[in-house]
Amino acid sequence: MRIGVVTFPGSLDDRDAQRAIRIAGAEPVALWHGDHDLHGVDALVLPGGFSYGDYLRCGAIASLSPIMTEVIDAANKGMPVLGICNGFQMLAEAHLVDGGLIRNDSGTFICRDQRLRVESTSTAWTGGFSTGQEITIPLKNGEGGFIASAETLARLEGEGQVVFRYLDVNPNGSLNDIAGVSNARGNVVGLMPHPEHAVEPGFGPDTPAAMRSGIDGLTFFASVIERSLVGA
Amino acid sequence: MPTIVVEVMPKAELLDPQGKAVAGALGRLGKDKFTGVRIGKRFEITVDGPADDAVLAEVQELAESMFSNSVIEDVISVHYAGVDGFGASAAADFAVGNVTEDTDVTGTDVATPPAGETH
Repeated sequence: MRIGVVTFPGSLDDRDAQRAIRIAGAEPVALWHGDHDLHGVDALVLPGGFSYGDYLRCGAIASLSPIMTEVIDAANKGMPVLGICNGFQMLAEAHLVDGGLIRNDSGTFICRDQRLRVESTSTAWTGGFSTGQEITIPLKNGEGGFIASAETLARLEGEGQVVFRYLDVNPNGSLNDIAGVSNARGNVVGLMPHPEHAVEPGFGPDTPAAMRSGIDGLTFFASVIERSLVGA
Repeated sequence: MPTIVVEVMPKAELLDPQGKAVAGALGRLGKDKFTGVRIGKRFEITVDGPADDAVLAEVQELAESMFSNSVIEDVISVHYAGVDGFGASAAADFAVGNVTEDTDVTGTDVATPPAGETH
């Protein structure tokens, strides 16, 4: 399986996402924001970072990049797309997922290992989890407050499109403790925390078993690979 | 050159952490009569060539699709620079090309904002 990672001006975690894909057993393909070419990939990751310096709104200018024409088209045709942090903001700006992200209610940048509950395993990126499973992956954002109109929120909750919820603390004021959502079809998932930073023992969050041994993020990438094998 | 101004604010029902932080600082300065601050954005769009209603409509469309995100923000106004007090009047601004706060108005007949202007 070949999974594309789009690099935008100001992307930070594109290389980490490529590495996570490789560790999970797929082939990462570096894609460039200025191209109109997905190079025949089977899935896409929009990585974290601070594209265009967060100018205008986080992810807003990147969501208008040339390659986003192809990304939006592929997403609407069912290609698995994962937006992480700034990538989630781009998905929201491109209207591939509902809702929006605003400045953390604390007014500060938050960086911590964050416990989450997996609320939906029927998406392209969460099939390898069990419903209600609790995972820990790093969170690092300044504008991660998820908001949506009451009507949209009710629909997301009712249709099972809330994919991840914050546990222990709500780090950024997100409504209903929402950390990640999917589109109606479940192929597009966006979340603020960073699965790609929890894929390799020695470099992940601490666990009761050992320091920095958390690899809960690996399941995101393993899930989409597994799904492609089943579907093949 | 004509300038069109777009003003965008975070939705009223949303928490505005920037405004809240500034309001907190006002409180610490003893400015207790100012009970709230909300912070939005002002865009000044310079137009190459004369601006007419079609251009204004195009900017209105951009204001809603690009300059703002309707999920989190509202477009408050789209108008020729000058209408809100930086120039003389909409008609004058339209005639001479619009001014903005930092426009050099020397040699034009654009007046300073009228006294009592509250913008």
